[in-house]
Formats: sequence, C-alpha cells, structure tokens
Amino acid sequence: MKEHVYDTVYLRGKDFEEGNVLFETWDPNARYAWDTGVGMSRFLQELKAGRLVGAQCSGCCRVMVPPRMFCEHCFLPTDAFVPLQDTGTIVTFSLCYVTWDMIRIKEPQIPIVVAIDGASPGMGIMHLLGEIEPDAVKIGMRVQAVWKPAEERTASITDIAYFKPLEQGGSQ
Amino acid sequence: MSGNRVAVVGAGMTKFVRRAQETAKELAWEAASKALESCEMTLDDIDAVVIGTAPEAFDGVHMNSEYLSDGCGGWGKPVIRGYVGGGTGVFSPIQGWYHVASGLFDTVLVVAEEKMSSCQPHPQGAFLTIFDNFIERPLEPNLLWIFALEMNAYMNRYGLSKRDIATVSVKNKRNAADHPAALLGDPNITVEDVLNSEVLAWPVQRLDVSPVTDGAVALVMCAEHVARRVTDKPIWVEGVGWSLDSAYWTNRDLSYPTYVEEAARMAYDMAGITEPRKQIHIAEPYDPFDYKELHHLEGLLLFDKGEAPRAAADGVTQRDGDLPVCPSGGLLGVGNPIAAAGTMKVAEIFWQLRGEAGARQVPGKPKRGLAQAWGDLMQVGTVIILGA
Repeated sequence: MKEHVYDTVYLRGKDFEEGNVLFETWDPNARYAWDTGVGMSRFLQELKAGRLVGAQCSGCCRVMVPPRMFCEHCFLPTDAFVPLQDTGTIVTFSLCYVTWDMIRIKEPQIPIVVAIDGASPGMGIMHLLGEIEPDAVKIGMRVQAVWKPAEERTASITDIAYFKPLEQGGSQ
Repeated sequence: MSGNRVAVVGAGMTKFVRRAQETAKELAWEAASKALESCEMTLDDIDAVVIGTAPEAFDGVHMNSEYLSDGCGGWGKPVIRGYVGGGTGVFSPIQGWYHVASGLFDTVLVVAEEKMSSCQPHPQGAFLTIFDNFIERPLEPNLLWIFALEMNAYMNRYGLSKRDIATVSVKNKRNAADHPAALLGDPNITVEDVLNSEVLAWPVQRLDVSPVTDGAVALVMCAEHVARRVTDKPIWVEGVGWSLDSAYWTNRDLSYPTYVEEAARMAYDMAGITEPRKQIHIAEPYDPFDYKELHHLEGLLLFDKGEAPRAAADGVTQRDGDLPVCPSGGLLGVGNPIAAAGTMKVAEIFWQLRGEAGARQVPGKPKRGLAQAWGDLMQVGTVIILGA
C-alpha cells in the first residue's frame, strides 16, 4: 500500500526557530462569562458557605454530585438538594509532573477523583490532594476537604483548597 | 445487516508527521486524491463527501470542515461533518456507510484530517476546554490527568503493573516500523525503554502516549453495483455501532468502557456476530495510550475484563498471534492526528483484508476485522466491522 501514501513534507522545530519556513500567527480574542445554571449555582453558593451538596432524583433515588437540575437517567427534574459530608474516598489518582504545556514540575500535583460521603456510591468529583508524600497516596484512602478561610471564598470549586488524608479514626 | 450493502473500495493517506508544511486543506487533498487514485476514480464519480475533523480549536478556524471542504473534494456536493472527538475517525466511515446504505448516494468520499501542530504552545491548550467550565477548569487541570486517572483505576481494579501494559506500546511501535506513513515506528524498542521513559502523569510515562501529529486519511465507499464495477476485491461494511456515555465522568466506573461495549454490541448484532472472539480475525482498537488498547479490547468483548494484559503478554495480540491487534502500529506507532487516526485504523483493516498490507500483512488470510475509536470526555465508542 506504499503507493497510497502521499509524500507529505515533514518540518522540524528548528525550521521555525531559524526562520527557514513561513508562518502566520494569531491570538484569539475570546472571553467568556458562563451563567452557572440552576444546579451548579446552588453547589457553588454552598461551597462559599463551606458545605457540599448533592441533588436527589426521586426516580432512581440517586444522590448526585455535582448536583444537577435534571437526572440524565430518568430525564426528570431532580427533587431536592441534599447536604453531603466534606469527606470521601479516593477512587483514583495521578502524580502529575508536567504542566499542561509540558513543562516539568518538581513536586507533583496530585489530581484525584474523590467519591463524596453522603452521595450515591461512585459519585465523585475531581480535585487535588495535599498534605501527603506522593508515594503514600493509595486508592481507597479516606480524605477530607481543606477549606479556604471563609473570607477568601468566592463560590468556586477552589473554595476547597485541596483534600487531605483523613486522620485515623475519622468519621466514616 | 440494515440497509443496502456498502463497500470500501479505495483508501489513501498522508504520511503522519509531527509538523507538516502542508496546510490542513492541503493534507486533506493529499489523502483524498490518493484514495481516489487507489480505486481509479475521479471526483466526478463521487456523489457526496463526509468530513471528519476534531476540535476546531486546534486549527483556530471556525467551521473547520467548511474550510477543509475544498481539499476534501466537497465543492458543489452534499457535504457533512460528524464530530465525536477522538471517536470521529471511525464515526466518519459510519456516516459514509449510512449515506450509501440509505440509498441516497452511490459513492461517498470520506476524508478525515487533523493538523494539531498549529496550536501553540501545545495543542493541550485547546483540549483543556473539554473540562467542566465550573468545577474542573478552575483547578487548572492538565489533559493528561483524566487518562492517568482512568489508567490508574484500570490498573488498580485488576492489580495490573506498568510492565503488563508496556508490552502494548512495544508491540505497536514495532509494528509501525513496517508502516510507510508512520511517525514513531521503532523495531528495537523494549519494555524497559517504556518503563524507563520520563514520567508525565503517573502512571502515564512518555512512551505510554501517542504523539501530537499532523495527517489525513481518506476512504472511498460505494454501493454494491458500483463496487462490483470498480474492483474485484470489495471490502464490505458488515456492522457499525456507536454509543455515548455521560459527561459526568467522575461519576462513572473508569475501569471499564461501557460505551465501547454498547457500540460493539450494536455492530456485532448488525453483522450477525454471536462469538466475536472467533469471528473477528483482526482488531484495530483505539490506542492513544497503551492501556487504552487493553481497556478497549475488553469493552469490545474480545477478552474478559482484566484479561487483555495477560493475552498481550502471551503474544496473542502480536501480528502472528491468534488475534492480531493494531497490526498497523496504531496511534502509538503510526501517530495520532485525532480524527485521521481512527480512519487510519479502518484503512488498515481494508488493506489487511485485501492482502495488501505488505510487510504488515497478518498471516492466515483474515476475513473479518474491526476498527474502534474513542473520544470526547472519555465517553464515546465508535465501532465498524469490515469483511472480505
């Protein structure tokens, strides 16, 4: 099938750095302001108050986090916001040593999916883990939210600074 | 099988390169003209055009398929673009199939193109907009996170080691050494090379990941009466399937791709396949990461859950194994120009079933093969089954 492959021209990074090839550049001028919606507005508002909430569907009885205006399974409106705990269990994690544009970082960021206590099983959110040595992180580890001081909260997911390991004997 | 019979009769592609001098439109033309030439057809013979291209943010061109359409042979013809992220490369031939199966068109040119290199400093900048804009983007995520999180969930569920998974990368990069369009073929790579490569987002290391790539692939698909006229080796579409999971990815069991199983079941039903492990002779599952090949083989029901790594280690998925997997070299070896990568897999099945895969030809005259792609926020499965 060699004859069905076009002999495309391969450029090297050097070709650009040394100006051996022509190129045009452009920076997009696009800013967005997203309305946070019915389900998410309440979630963010509660974060500012230092609380996590889910939404319950009376159809399937799931308690969902992040909360939502409608249940995507039953396709019905959710019925109520329900309080959740700020503790949970690590479902999975990574130790990330690069930034998004592939620059190396020394101390890894530790993204996690954390299943939140009080929500239905497996209902997790993504966040970061702190106050732990990278090689000590384990799936199944119990964690708790570390909240920013109330005056620094802005109704954002970052009102939780990160999650940290739950002390032994902590609430289940 | 639903609808009229549809055959693939031609395929062509560009080389897959890290950065092409050609514009996106020029890449599309290179692949499209090679595909037409391969079956001795011209654009006049084509009734409609299907374009596959993934995030337009890569190109910085709004309505990218309209921009590409001239290069895809779309001038003055019915043109459509489907877009399901990384799943697009297999979804576009599915669209080509239903254009013809419906009876609406006799001949369709399917062109999938991706030029990722334009996006600076790194195409991840465009990818990041896939994260939830309220509760994920403020955490300043890195796209690698979601794959690392999924890979770790898969490894943890079945007690897999990095060594179990690295064999996939070795196999595919070695297979790609025989592909004339490949970017990262390496006949000498070893498991140790993969295990010793730079850690990016553990458990993902440099050689677990496919590269940023520019490239395009095109197919010619047509109705039976046309196929019989243009070739004595038509390759038939026997089944297609696709399914989309919830965007609430943190609410799902990441250790198993349910949406791939749903897509596969749809395609198997259509093809009348009741025992895929016996009836599928070669597979090209989507392998942007080495663990994804294994994850997808399980979702495709070709191995039991958690069993694909052992089969890979035992050589079952080698080119001369019982079920050759990614004989092309896959995304890990040939390269990963998002939408074009999936169509490359369909082209590989086409060439393999025709016995035209050259040094990559799997032994035993395979009669039926499957290609699968995956994408969006780890949520879509697209499957096509071809038969000789």
